[in-house]
Amino acid sequence: MLEAFNYRIILEYMPLFGQCFLATLWLSGLSLIGAVLVGIIACAMRLSQSRILRSIAGVYIESIRSTPLLAQLYFFYFGLPSMGIMLPEWLTGVIALVLNSGAYYAEIIRAGIQAISFGQIEAGIASGLSYVQRMRYIILPQALGNTIRPMLGQAIILVKDSSLLSLISIMELTRAGQLLTSERFAPAEGFLTTAAFYLIIYYLLKAFSGWSEKRLIFREAH
Amino acid sequence: MWGFYFNELMRSLPFFLKGLWMTVAVSGLSLVLGTIIGFVGGILRAGRNKPARMIVGAWVDLIRGTPFLVQIFVIFFILPGIGIELEAFPAAVIALTNLTASFITEIVAAGIIAVPKGQREAATASGLSYYQQLRFIVLPQAIRTILPPLVGQYVLLVKDSSVVSAIGVVDITRVGWLTVQRIPEGLMVFGLVGLLYFAICYPLINLSGFLERRMTVVSTKL
Repeated sequence: MLEAFNYRIILEYMPLFGQCFLATLWLSGLSLIGAVLVGIIACAMRLSQSRILRSIAGVYIESIRSTPLLAQLYFFYFGLPSMGIMLPEWLTGVIALVLNSGAYYAEIIRAGIQAISFGQIEAGIASGLSYVQRMRYIILPQALGNTIRPMLGQAIILVKDSSLLSLISIMELTRAGQLLTSERFAPAEGFLTTAAFYLIIYYLLKAFSGWSEKRLIFREAH
Repeated sequence: MWGFYFNELMRSLPFFLKGLWMTVAVSGLSLVLGTIIGFVGGILRAGRNKPARMIVGAWVDLIRGTPFLVQIFVIFFILPGIGIELEAFPAAVIALTNLTASFITEIVAAGIIAVPKGQREAATASGLSYYQQLRFIVLPQAIRTILPPLVGQYVLLVKDSSVVSAIGVVDITRVGWLTVQRIPEGLMVFGLVGLLYFAICYPLINLSGFLERRMTVVSTKL
């Protein structure tokens, strides 16, 4: 297999791969920001006093978690035009990714906040800290410490999930591999290069996850 | 117009049930195979053999670091290049089994490592061999930590199985994709697709949550 491996084709397509690598980065980066925002809002709704808000957030989170991303992607891709809403493909893809990961982020943030024992907050009140001070010095540092690892884990999943956008013909890494397969019939060269680029992102995020956890534990000790 | 399409959709319901059966078949087969391989991998990963530990770890990283879509394309398009011709169905089962096994490996390894060290030491002191320890001391305790995320992994498996529609396996997602070409009501068609997935995944998610609550209560009682 390897003697037939054509490195020249990979070099020839390297500019395309570079471009697509950047596309994957900004598509998933944009979706990540949106998903964390949606997650915070959905989590706040789920923990709120109002029953209506709670059940809206519950239905959103449960229905996203019980259906595959690909079905959600097609739901928006085929569904929005039939409602008369015409969006560029990349925006449809980002919306699907944001809504999908947003539900998971809501659960991660909720678990992080609920893991803080109520005694901590009571102790803060008893020490005369204001609400902002309690948030800043007691709740958020601990919630962040609890959630940073699952949050980065979900970011890794998000980057990998962005590969599904190739199925609605958005130019990104996986699409580049498909192009190499259809234009040059070089699936090995195409998809192994694609996989290598994803692995770069994966190892970077994984290293960052380990580093941030160590740092946060270090800061907690002070 | 909406009513007409709805009737059309109801008439293609048998087609959807066929897709549902295909999804169940692909995920069911991969579930059984992936669980077996995952347990073997997890025992190796938490075991004493260093080379085996490292090889299993590298394999897990490789699978976790790349999107499932790329893995399917590698199996479906590249293996024929080295003389292994596969139909779409076996290719899908192999890809899904491989993915599930790698995740279950991590779950099982984490469960085994979470068993307190004293248990092992006591077993060694009682003269149990390595396999006896695993069989009678470690695994029965580890299963409590393993079971909830294991069921959670099965939910992911069913959802990830939607991606095999990309290589032409006619599962629920593929049926939806084919139907939407004929009935251009994306929201309706993929609403039905989502509903079918929901019917499989929602009970599983609740089962996972139930197991988690139950297992924690048991372990705190001890």
